[in-house]
Amino acid sequence: MEPIDLELEEGELELPAEPMHLNMGPSHPAMHGTVRIVLELSGETIVKADVQIGYLHRGFEKMCERGTWAQVFPYVDRLNYVSPMLNNVGYALAVEKMCGIQVPDRCQWYRMALGELARISDHLTCTGAMAMELGAFTPFLWFVKAREMVWDILEEETGARLTHSFGRIGGMAAPPTKDFKELCHGALKQIIHIVEEGEKMLLKNRIFIDRLENVGIISGKDAVALSWTGPCLRASGVAYDVRKAHPYLKYDEVDFEVPVGKVGDTMDRFLVRLEEIRQSKRIIEQVLERMPDDGPVNVNDPRVILPEKRDVYTTIEATIQHFKLVMEGAKVPKGECYSYTEGGNGELGFYLVSDGSGTPYRVRIRPPCFPITAGLSKLITGNMLSDIVPTFGSLNMIGGECDH
Amino acid sequence: MSKAVLEKLKSKFGAAVLETHSDFGDDTALVTSQSWKSVCEYLRDDATLDFDMFIDMCAVDYPTRLPRMEVVLHLYSTTRRHRVRLKTRVGDEDMDGAEVDSVTSVWSGANWFEREVYDLSGVTFRGHPDLRRILMYPEFQGHPLRKDYPAQKTQPLIEYRTEADAGVPLEKQAPFRADEGMSFGRMDWLHRNDEENPTALPKGVVRAIKPHEQNGNHDPRAEHAEPAQTLPTPNQKDVS
Repeated sequence: MEPIDLELEEGELELPAEPMHLNMGPSHPAMHGTVRIVLELSGETIVKADVQIGYLHRGFEKMCERGTWAQVFPYVDRLNYVSPMLNNVGYALAVEKMCGIQVPDRCQWYRMALGELARISDHLTCTGAMAMELGAFTPFLWFVKAREMVWDILEEETGARLTHSFGRIGGMAAPPTKDFKELCHGALKQIIHIVEEGEKMLLKNRIFIDRLENVGIISGKDAVALSWTGPCLRASGVAYDVRKAHPYLKYDEVDFEVPVGKVGDTMDRFLVRLEEIRQSKRIIEQVLERMPDDGPVNVNDPRVILPEKRDVYTTIEATIQHFKLVMEGAKVPKGECYSYTEGGNGELGFYLVSDGSGTPYRVRIRPPCFPITAGLSKLITGNMLSDIVPTFGSLNMIGGECDH
Repeated sequence: MSKAVLEKLKSKFGAAVLETHSDFGDDTALVTSQSWKSVCEYLRDDATLDFDMFIDMCAVDYPTRLPRMEVVLHLYSTTRRHRVRLKTRVGDEDMDGAEVDSVTSVWSGANWFEREVYDLSGVTFRGHPDLRRILMYPEFQGHPLRKDYPAQKTQPLIEYRTEADAGVPLEKQAPFRADEGMSFGRMDWLHRNDEENPTALPKGVVRAIKPHEQNGNHDPRAEHAEPAQTLPTPNQKDVS
């Protein structure tokens, strides 16, 4: 084969001096989630970045205005699809706030346990995927194995691995199974072991550390101004956690700590998430200890809770109640309300407007990773092109939630 | 939450604060659209209020009253740990004059939220550095979260395939049935709330949409009707 002989004048091989434009995404192997970043590069340095979202927009808020209040649950499952249980609980709490319902103790503990399991799965996915995008495939597989253990428990409880639709207004779809506590204890031990092993493997890796440290730094003040919440905000040193600042369910009765970072770089966000997995384990252990084994899970309120199937088939009252709840939906008092919980990525808010009927007038979700993704362009401007991958990975943008 | 925030707002801005309430424990103030930005600046800068975190912004459409669009803002103070909801109303029936001042200079986090409100509800923010669509594509017509935007309307960027294009009979043709994927073919807000409308059902009653009704005089869908919606729909269920 003849050698390719380029006859070039000197200087022709130089890179152009004017900025170069580059499209990253919407579908890119190094980014989890459909997002497009239009970059203006000078050499390898990012001069300008425009983050474009909306590729997964499904009109969640419009769809909610068409069904009953209870029919929103399957939709919220698909917002943050890595931790759907947190969304379920968040939405249920919002509607209960409007109806003035407090669920029984057992249900509150149960919701906490399931929610923290979902949080573990969320953080495992984020940290594992970020490591994978940097070339560390083994910890990713380990973390996904650990996540699979969480999902096995959730499948045992709810019947679905991912889209549980398990929340109900005034309770949960089913009480905890008999083996729930035993399953949790067994799985948690293994999950923590896997996390520790993965952590050891990553944090002793020079390449991994070099790519994370001092990359994508954001100060606490800037993060607050950008309305960041959750692990990303805490990595910048602001200890705002809804579970601590405004406890809901029984979070004021359990003992846990809020990990914060110092520098606010990608490494801090990585470490905060890992520490939160351990704190979640602590919470679950306390919950399992205190959750009663019997007692009602659903509130005894015929306005919102479906009657027993046995009664529906045998008595006319229960049949009518069932029919009205399914066809017309539970009536929610007129007014507006904002309810917020700590989701996987931060403050997950629901702003509900009711006209007093069985159909929501407006359901607004405040997705935590929407403002976080908005801050991405600020984080990467001035950095190198290759820094986008760890920075974006550490933000944990979830398309379903970010794009509504 | 304390009512101190509302008291301070009322004493500072007087008549510009139109209405306050604390339903469900959420402190809410409705202010005039002219004072929108100055109220926001005051909330952030006052040392005892110190609302440093912008939480959320959205718009709610109330087509039966004027001004029609309500812009809702949620704020939080990480130091004082209190919250407030600020609202203003803008826009007439045709959404003319739906404009408020942008608060991106007050909280930088407002940027994307304002773009989203502009995209989905059509409120313009004066002084926004980069006001363009964010969730919908640039070619999109209209603003989907307004109540008069039909939920089943489709705006494909590439035309749907017809049987003539395909050359074979298609089992289903886009955009399918009007109420496909919609729970029980629930009527939209105009039907539910319009008491003058003889075809309207009582609140909360549901019914499948029959094709022949879609061409009725009182059906708001008729204005937006697309030809494919009048296709025969064999699986129509009537649950009324």
